[in-house]
Amino acid sequence: MSDSDKFDKLNIDQTEYKTRLSPGYRQRERYEPASPGVVTSFIPGTVVEILVGEGDRVSKGDELLVLDAMKMKNRLLSLWDGRVSKIKAAPGDRVTKGAVLLQIETE
Amino acid sequence: MEENNKINELHQRRRKAMLGGGEKAIEKQKSMGKKTARERILSLLDEGSFNEYDMFISHVARDFNMDKKELPGDGVVIGTGTIHGNPIAIFAQDFTVAGGSLGLMHSRKITKIMDYALKMRIPLIGINDSGGARIQEGVNSLAGYGEIFFRNTLASGVIPQISVILGPCAGGAVYSPALTDFVFMVDNISKMFITGPEVIKTVLGEEISMEDLGGARVHCETTGNAHFFAADEDECFRQIRELLSFIPASNESQMDPGEVSEPAGAFDINNIVPVDPTLPYDVKDVIKAIADNSEFVEIQEMWARNIVIGFSRIGGRTVGFVANQPLEMAGVLDVDSSDKAARFIRFCDSFNIPLVTLVDLPGYLPGVDQEHAGVIRHGAKVLYAYSEATVPKLTVILRKAYGGGYIAMSSRHLRADFVFAWPTAEIAVMGPEGAANIIFRKEIKEAENPEEVRRQKVEEYKSKFANPYVAASRGYVDSVIEPSETRKLIIHALEVSERKDVTMPRKKHGIPPF
Repeated sequence: MSDSDKFDKLNIDQTEYKTRLSPGYRQRERYEPASPGVVTSFIPGTVVEILVGEGDRVSKGDELLVLDAMKMKNRLLSLWDGRVSKIKAAPGDRVTKGAVLLQIETE
Repeated sequence: MEENNKINELHQRRRKAMLGGGEKAIEKQKSMGKKTARERILSLLDEGSFNEYDMFISHVARDFNMDKKELPGDGVVIGTGTIHGNPIAIFAQDFTVAGGSLGLMHSRKITKIMDYALKMRIPLIGINDSGGARIQEGVNSLAGYGEIFFRNTLASGVIPQISVILGPCAGGAVYSPALTDFVFMVDNISKMFITGPEVIKTVLGEEISMEDLGGARVHCETTGNAHFFAADEDECFRQIRELLSFIPASNESQMDPGEVSEPAGAFDINNIVPVDPTLPYDVKDVIKAIADNSEFVEIQEMWARNIVIGFSRIGGRTVGFVANQPLEMAGVLDVDSSDKAARFIRFCDSFNIPLVTLVDLPGYLPGVDQEHAGVIRHGAKVLYAYSEATVPKLTVILRKAYGGGYIAMSSRHLRADFVFAWPTAEIAVMGPEGAANIIFRKEIKEAENPEEVRRQKVEEYKSKFANPYVAASRGYVDSVIEPSETRKLIIHALEVSERKDVTMPRKKHGIPPF
């Protein structure tokens, strides 16, 4: 093939194949393990209310904030015991799926 | 005299009905680059072959002042005609009449022509151009959709069903095309989605245009919901006519072999596939080197390009090609390519079209996204579809056939009728690099010069296993052939399997991993 320099490489079973990569493969979401203490929106929506302040102590199961999405007010609960170290959203913010809303310093 | 008046009245009524939603609405339709429903049918069918039915149907809605509204033909045109001289049944929604919205009588017309197509065992073509359910008709319009979906399902595998999206097709309406065999879309004209941009914006805050959400390109490239992409309506109609030249009228009608013509000289089968299994080439060149006239009608050309599917004729007979494409993603099987191949295999099996499988793949695509997207379930569809298929199954292993990919691609073990391999074929559990590193891990690790030992071991594995002869020695490959013998052997194999007759265990239906 004359335009061989335009090809990418794909490794399957330790063999590198010269080929084209699909747009879907290039844009695929890289897997990242969930990091403890990071509260993200599980769905796109609007932040209605933040129920904690920076520095507050929270326990597992405490309500952190209210996210309006799919015509429902979703209460996001803490998965950890710890201290709210950073609030990254404000009421009225429209957030995308996966946006970081606040961080908890876990114990 | 009086009789003439009666005939005049008929002419008058016809003229009125043919005007659909009126001149203004027609003008608007044309300004969008769209033909009217009847123009579409006339452009698609053989000249002078169309006969329309139910032209004088009127709707039955009485609520919301609908009783004062006249909707000519209730927004849909139905009839029969021919394509290449073969009868077909067709409906076309008329957007100029109440936005082509679907009410009770509109749906009755569609189901009437569907019943007719199924009863007469002729292909059904549906042209979709509709704003959706006619809300004033309430649950009657939902009933209408349900009746259509049910018939799409009954007719599936009995008659070929073609959907042409030439306008909006939104909400529940999309499920009729989704149940049919081939979906045609036109750039900037066709739109398909379950929930439109406005709802998505309100509920989720995501902003997107109709074209980016559900236009022809999206469905042909990204979702795989559509099979053919055209720049305009005329190109779309040419594509439909071409496709129909390859497929039979029903699952019980046999197509007579057509004239035989040789492949074009431009495709030299000896010089397409590089010997080095890591190098790319276009597998469509191999297809064109085998097919009559080098003709190949590719299906879903823009989606999951790592597998190539479509129709050709070999020795005058229609065949369905399934081929790994080393040019794209090294030809791996993944979620989308498995889905694409499996559905096509089942279409060919339903309509007695022999399958020719060209194999050259390194295996399945690794990745968290693939595993989490269910590559196990989707990959299983290929195994299921090939195992279940009872049409003649001819397999040509061009080059590498590794691991699960080898099994899945119409191997002897899934009851392929003929398995041929080129001398470049490598049939093994995996590529030499990976295999040598596992088998000789200890020796390589403990060697003074691990790199050199590793290279030696890879070479050793290559010379022993990277060939077609191990598989041939067990009868998994029937014959190792020169590339130039391929066409002749496929023609022979098709002749031999012409009256193939196998019986499957009695069952109501299988349970494929949908």
